[in-house]
Amino acid sequence: MFKPFFSSRWIVLSCLFSSFAAYADVSLLNVSYDPTRELYQAYNPAFIAHWQKKTGETLKLQQSHGGSGKQARSVIDGLQADVVTLALAYDIDAIADKAGLLPKDWQSRFPYNSTPYTSTIVFLVRKGNPKQIKDWDDLIKPGVSVITPNPKTSGGARWNYLAAWGYAQLKTGSADKAREFVSKLFKNVPILDSGARGATTTFVQRGIGDVLIAWENEAFLALQEFGKDRFEIITPSRSILAEPPVAVVEKVAKAHNTLAVSQAYIEYLYSTEGQTIAAQNFYRPRAEIVAAKFANKFPKLELFTINQLFVDWRTAQKTHFDDQGVFDQIYLSTQK
Amino acid sequence: MLLRLKQHSVLPGFHLALGYTIFYLSLIVLIPLSMVFFKTSTMGWERFWTVVTEPRVMASYRITFGAALIAAMINAFFGLLVAWVLERYQFFGKRFIDALVDLPFALPTAVAGIALASIYSSNGWIGQYLEPLGIKVAFTPLGIIVALTFIGLPFVVRTVQPVLQDLERELEEAAASLGATRWQTFKCVIFPSIFPPLLTGFALAFARGLGEYGSVVFIAGNMPMISEITPLLIITKLEQYDYAGATAIAVVMLVVSFILLFLINLLQWWTGKRCR
Repeated sequence: MFKPFFSSRWIVLSCLFSSFAAYADVSLLNVSYDPTRELYQAYNPAFIAHWQKKTGETLKLQQSHGGSGKQARSVIDGLQADVVTLALAYDIDAIADKAGLLPKDWQSRFPYNSTPYTSTIVFLVRKGNPKQIKDWDDLIKPGVSVITPNPKTSGGARWNYLAAWGYAQLKTGSADKAREFVSKLFKNVPILDSGARGATTTFVQRGIGDVLIAWENEAFLALQEFGKDRFEIITPSRSILAEPPVAVVEKVAKAHNTLAVSQAYIEYLYSTEGQTIAAQNFYRPRAEIVAAKFANKFPKLELFTINQLFVDWRTAQKTHFDDQGVFDQIYLSTQK
Repeated sequence: MLLRLKQHSVLPGFHLALGYTIFYLSLIVLIPLSMVFFKTSTMGWERFWTVVTEPRVMASYRITFGAALIAAMINAFFGLLVAWVLERYQFFGKRFIDALVDLPFALPTAVAGIALASIYSSNGWIGQYLEPLGIKVAFTPLGIIVALTFIGLPFVVRTVQPVLQDLERELEEAAASLGATRWQTFKCVIFPSIFPPLLTGFALAFARGLGEYGSVVFIAGNMPMISEITPLLIITKLEQYDYAGATAIAVVMLVVSFILLFLINLLQWWTGKRCR
């Protein structure tokens, strides 16, 4: 009974000491979302080396991963993040709006809408593509079962929804047709998992559904993890440019005296080394030299941005995903 | 009368203990809960009412309370059976089974949810045999009941067990020798003493089921109006940074649960009195 108690006490003590050790030099906390785990595991040591060469300072980088919205709420509630790297701008908007920890125009602080790397929305299907899914139109065919998480609880799923909507709107030229398309699509969705990981489990482990709508980087990760002999990635003709943005949480960084290093941490993501690491971890790089090098890894497709079709995240969230928004209406009408 | 007023007790320190109890309960229970009401009060009555009576929210109340109630009833019946077997019979592996009962307490609920979903999904161990019969468990409201039954089991077993232990066998033998049938013995001798703890166990399992989130979201399918539980809607609201809306629904859950638990306690007190 007592032994585990003492050992857990030792863990606490050693944690305390290790954090003291961290304070000896500069320490930085990057609050990120789930699928960037591998990316920052690779990027952080690279940046530490870069920073040491440049300034001689030894950095200690800490990572926190979780659902994007949950992470943003933690920062709002006081998690001391110097840097946030989340799944969608709306979550960083919320930090700016609710807690005022960074200026409202944060997205103009770094190049390319403050998104050093991008992704897009693709389909993961079972090997051999038994239902012959080639493009978005195949998802609304009767008898096709589509797996996507709930856009109300999952930030990633909001990109999925907007990708489908955007595809239909650009194809038909009308928002009404797009709405019809999306409601048909969600009629083919048998389960709404609360997060992207849950949806992947449903599709991969439980064998439910013919197609999983997923971020390209996560589809690559799933392929790497579960085997190319079981699944394949289908890239549609047109999809959304998913921009997971990054920002310095200025107020926190100022208080920690880490403003300069936080700034550098993000800027280095745009460097050739940063971009290469992003590309190696299945995110599409922005820098053209790096993009050219990885060109055969990422299939070409027509990409539209959220600003092109939905004004911005605040507007998209309000019209589509807030309570009584379009998504709710689609569900309330299909239930009757 | 005099004796009662003086409250003789072997151990001193009544005032200190009471003070400590009130302080502790305030710190751990009342202050956090009052924040729920405080946050909710930032929205007007009218908005509160529209938020908590939305069709989607109403449907989730029905599912949450319905599933928790059914699961608690299943647990009351089978939990009693388990407790009975564990107390009244000697068999090989009894200690092991006894320890097994507590497992749902210890297991992280998300793990329970994932495990149940994979067992009951159409290609799972049990699901594959139920599917041809037309019974779908995973990703339907039935799945919610299964998850809640799983996590609620220890409550009933662990509340009934000690009472059964104290219940002397001689009582049953006496009843039998006085000519009571087996059913009469159960009804008039055993049941009255185990009913109050059974009710407590039922109430605990029910309350636990109302608040359960981790295991349910993995097995429910989370379809709006069909298998969305209220705690999921609270998370949905938080995801929109609608703190007031989330706490508004929480307040409804809190008040309704409190009333239900209070009624159950009242019932228990009433039956407890009648027995004596």
